[in-house]
Amino acid sequence: MPLSLEEVEHIATLARLELTAEEKARYRQQLSAILDYIRKLQELDTTDIPPTSSVLSEASPLRADESRPGLGREALLENAPEVERGQFKIPPVFE
Amino acid sequence: MDLTDLTLKQAISTLHHGETSSRELTRACLARIEQLEPSLHAFLYLAADSAMSQADAADRELAALRRINSQSTKLLLGVPLAIKDVLTVEGLPCTAGSKILEGFIPPFTATAVKRLQESGAIVIGKTNTDEFAMGSSTENSAYGVTHNPWDTSRVPGGSSGGSAAAVAARLIPAALGTDTGGSVRQPASFCGVTGLKPTYGRVSRYGLVAYGSSLDCVGVLARTAEDVAILYTIMAGRDPLDATTAGAPVSRIEFVVADGRPPLGGLRIGIPREYFVSGIQAEVEAGVRQAVSMLEGLGAEIHEISLPHTEYALPVYYILAPAEASANLARYDGIRYGPRIQAESMWDIFYRTRGSKFGAEVERRIMLGTYALSAGYYDAYYGQAQKVRTLIKRDFEQAFEQIDAIAAPVAPTTAFPIGAHGDDPLAMYLEDVFTLPANLAGVPGLAFPVGFDGTGLPVGMQLMVPHFREDVLFRMAHAYQQVTDWQAQKPRI
Repeated sequence: MPLSLEEVEHIATLARLELTAEEKARYRQQLSAILDYIRKLQELDTTDIPPTSSVLSEASPLRADESRPGLGREALLENAPEVERGQFKIPPVFE
Repeated sequence: MDLTDLTLKQAISTLHHGETSSRELTRACLARIEQLEPSLHAFLYLAADSAMSQADAADRELAALRRINSQSTKLLLGVPLAIKDVLTVEGLPCTAGSKILEGFIPPFTATAVKRLQESGAIVIGKTNTDEFAMGSSTENSAYGVTHNPWDTSRVPGGSSGGSAAAVAARLIPAALGTDTGGSVRQPASFCGVTGLKPTYGRVSRYGLVAYGSSLDCVGVLARTAEDVAILYTIMAGRDPLDATTAGAPVSRIEFVVADGRPPLGGLRIGIPREYFVSGIQAEVEAGVRQAVSMLEGLGAEIHEISLPHTEYALPVYYILAPAEASANLARYDGIRYGPRIQAESMWDIFYRTRGSKFGAEVERRIMLGTYALSAGYYDAYYGQAQKVRTLIKRDFEQAFEQIDAIAAPVAPTTAFPIGAHGDDPLAMYLEDVFTLPANLAGVPGLAFPVGFDGTGLPVGMQLMVPHFREDVLFRMAHAYQQVTDWQAQKPRI
């Protein structure tokens, strides 16, 4: 069951990817082939099987809730494409 | 003596005994890189100047210690190493093989790297990788493919292909890689070096560019099992900066059991029948079976076993890893780091920056993962994959009730030609069929060379053991490497 062009466009929107018409057509074909293969999983009955989200055998420890110095504002802004008055700069979101 | 022929262990010993200096060793590595880089392209960034000044500082420290007749407690003092370009080193560019991180200079160092530096190691440069470690050939790097030193028309494997090629060509004694679905073991196999994927949670991932967070592991590539063990031991253990690191003690590595028994006496090795299927290159199967007989000759017992859900590992992985990647890569949006495609609205900055700066394989995996997690499909894809992961994990748990280690091929074939899989992502995914299960189960695996095929390309084998039993991996591979010399072969390049 191949993906429709509309489905490909919907996924690209959710993933915030601008695609050309040629990319949409190619990904539609490639993702459909991959999904066909992946559907192999449906043949297994997993009714009583719990899901595994982590293979860690122990619970992750929590650190003490104490403030500590971080990398600092300057270091964190150093790689930003646009900065103003010590903050990341973006176009207006609200009018 | 050519200093680049030294193994890591030999390099450490000659430095500590003052038989060579860090300057000479680092200089020799840089000279060989300069000579071979044009035909290999193993590196994305070389830190030649800072490496040389660190080498001089190490030499001063080593000389001062020799004057007072003392040895350094820093095992790696003056040893140059290479780091896969998905791990951050403060002040050195980190691209993860992607245009979306072009120009990014991380303000901090990954814990795994930091521990090596604290032990005296020198970072000589950052090695090539498939973009965001997504690939099996380094062909997905936005900065060009790495070539296999055994045959430069072939891929080095991936995604840690730059590290594997650099170690194989003796540009560097050892390098760090990462393994989410086989990305250390498969390139190690393709390039004829020894590569470790540790237990999930054994080595800190602080400072690692995240791909599939329930699978990602930081690993090592070097020439011998002993060399891999040296770096592993320094890096392993709890890190307060990575909550997924395990607190379990790091198992002590003993290469030789000095009780007069055969070196692998008492160890039971399982051969999973699902890993010897049609489609596997005859010379790969023959090489692995011959290596297994050698291990038997060293005292191990061999048993045939079954890991019945092996065939489902590939579809499980290609749901879970892309799903996790789609979330992890949401952070690349042109706002906080990396380049930005300027636009009228913030939304258009997202769409355009991501659409133009991610490569095709990254876009495919983001879309695959987004689809698998989207409303209406979550249970059928992501939910089902998590349940089948449980079955795969149980396969290993049940096998390890009867045996101590699993021996298997690393990949169905030896290194394939550059361009062989063209634009067929599924064919590329099938390259990972034997390495993915260890990541899904979280168990450690070690790949090492066991021969060559008819065209002179390395054949590798992998061993897998229960969680936190890396010591068994090292003991077995070391015993094998004591009676063979595949790991000592040098590509003619």
